[in-house]
Amino acid sequence: MVKTGSKIADIFLYAIMTVVLVITLYPFWTQVVISLDGGDAANSSFMLFPEKITFDSYKLAFDFDALWVGYKNTIIRTCLGVLLSILATAITAYPLSKKDLPLNKWITRFMLIQFIIGGGLIPNYLLIKYLGMYNTIWALVIPGMISTFNVLIMRNFFRSLPDSLEESAMVDGAGYLKIFFRIILPLSMPIIATEALWVGVGHWNAWFDALIYTNDADKEMLQLVLRRIIIQNNPTQFSEVLTKLQEKSPYSGRQLQATVIMLSILPMLIVYPFLQKYFVQGIMVGAVKG
Amino acid sequence: MSKTTVLARRPGWNGQPKTGDAKSKRHAFKKYRVLLIMMIPSVLYVIIFNYVPIYGLLIAFEDFQITKGFFGSPWVGLAHFEKAFRDPGFYLVLKNTVLISVYRMVFGFPIPIIFALLLSEVKNVKFKKTVQTASYLPHFISWIILGGIFMSIFSLEGPVNAILGMFGVDPKLFMADTSYFRSILVFTSILAGFGWSSIIYFAAITGIDPHLHEAAVVDGAGRIKRMIYITIPLLMPVISIMLVLSMSGILDAGFDQIFNMYNPQVYDVADIIDTYVYRKGLVEMDYGYATAVGLFKSVIGLILMLTANGLARRIGGGDYTLW
Repeated sequence: MVKTGSKIADIFLYAIMTVVLVITLYPFWTQVVISLDGGDAANSSFMLFPEKITFDSYKLAFDFDALWVGYKNTIIRTCLGVLLSILATAITAYPLSKKDLPLNKWITRFMLIQFIIGGGLIPNYLLIKYLGMYNTIWALVIPGMISTFNVLIMRNFFRSLPDSLEESAMVDGAGYLKIFFRIILPLSMPIIATEALWVGVGHWNAWFDALIYTNDADKEMLQLVLRRIIIQNNPTQFSEVLTKLQEKSPYSGRQLQATVIMLSILPMLIVYPFLQKYFVQGIMVGAVKG
Repeated sequence: MSKTTVLARRPGWNGQPKTGDAKSKRHAFKKYRVLLIMMIPSVLYVIIFNYVPIYGLLIAFEDFQITKGFFGSPWVGLAHFEKAFRDPGFYLVLKNTVLISVYRMVFGFPIPIIFALLLSEVKNVKFKKTVQTASYLPHFISWIILGGIFMSIFSLEGPVNAILGMFGVDPKLFMADTSYFRSILVFTSILAGFGWSSIIYFAAITGIDPHLHEAAVVDGAGRIKRMIYITIPLLMPVISIMLVLSMSGILDAGFDQIFNMYNPQVYDVADIIDTYVYRKGLVEMDYGYATAVGLFKSVIGLILMLTANGLARRIGGGDYTLW
């Protein structure tokens, strides 16, 4: 009795989860289908598989210069942002990892304030203008460089390293700086990699700061190029490519949009399944109260 | 540097119980001199990028003009707040914000919990991991792309209209229809967020002592009974903490999503405080007013969170609260 009931429940459970799986993946799948279809998926709607696979719209998208400018800028931003952020976080976290560091409690509290209160949009915007960072890459990588959350997680990692390592290095005459760069940082690669991933994804996907702090075409980030194409349907350089595409009809703007979407999320889709567990690990670490 | 050193020499200056005497304190300063110097840039950074903007909130009480600067602009007291409370546009965005975020909470808060409860019952590890991985995916994609995808799905040529068409329903411009727009916002935001929000519940479910379940099985409790009498009660503290946290965001209706998905036809139902602040502040350059509206939002959020935290403490005790 219990067994059959349990079996029915199991079937039900797997059915629900399959539906969940389909619902989460279907939106992405539609873009794959539309971008690859050589028939008319882009015009007529409901298709689970492309009728005839063609890479024409991908070939054309390669001619779309703004996309590659965006790609380049975003890669630069992400690398610079991750580098600065990790360095600053580690430099902040290491002293705080010493429980008997004078003022430790006060500095930590001082940094925690930002969890509760912040300046909001306008004061931050004006600050960037006053500092002369407007329309430079610094406006995108400096604010938010040190996140208290990341500092605390790295601090906890440093604390978990055995003290004996440091003590023996000290006996050998090494100072704190040497210990930090030669011993602590190399041993902390797991947490550094994890945080670099978080920060990196954040920079890759960030768009609002780029929207308000930059305005030159050659400084445009990938997300803003996408925004111009996907959201605003802005016919600039995009329309040139689109005309080329339509010469080979029946391709449409929708197909090119789907192609651009695919090109921009492809790097993420490729690395994501392998890196996903690091993100989740981080959340678990952060979830520990106190 | 020297000032803090002097302060630290005075015993009990920070109200903390002293563990060591002044001498050991001085010793700690000497020992950690290098590390304290290392902290200086970080502290300066926090002052400039976190505290200066907080201080900058004062422009909510100024007739701020960029030419006169922060210190030269005249004070206007509460004029901006009065202006907001007299402006019907402000009430509209306030209403939209509260409605959208209450809908999101009512429908969106339980789903990650239910999802975690159900998925943790799945025995096939591979299938479980696949569903989990897929459910987190949207979290790593920006709302520009998600917005684009969802708009395409709900567009005239999209699959939603195609499926409705099979049942003889005329195609609708969902994204430009005020009666559907909010539902679409809420639905898509839940779709994009439920997987990621479920992580914390998964962690809590995994952390439950398996002996409890074993003992209940011996007593003849089925799966559903165990879920109701063991898993859910043990999840309550986490649920409570997440609820308290979400209260602070009650006036965050999801700027990234709405800013990328709305259009002039649906402004009446989709314009929220954050988009209003953006428009007033950065488009119309009414800095003082926009800051005042933004400040109003943060203060309400803070009050709600503190209230919820207090209530949670009274009902459930310390395990149920943020701090």
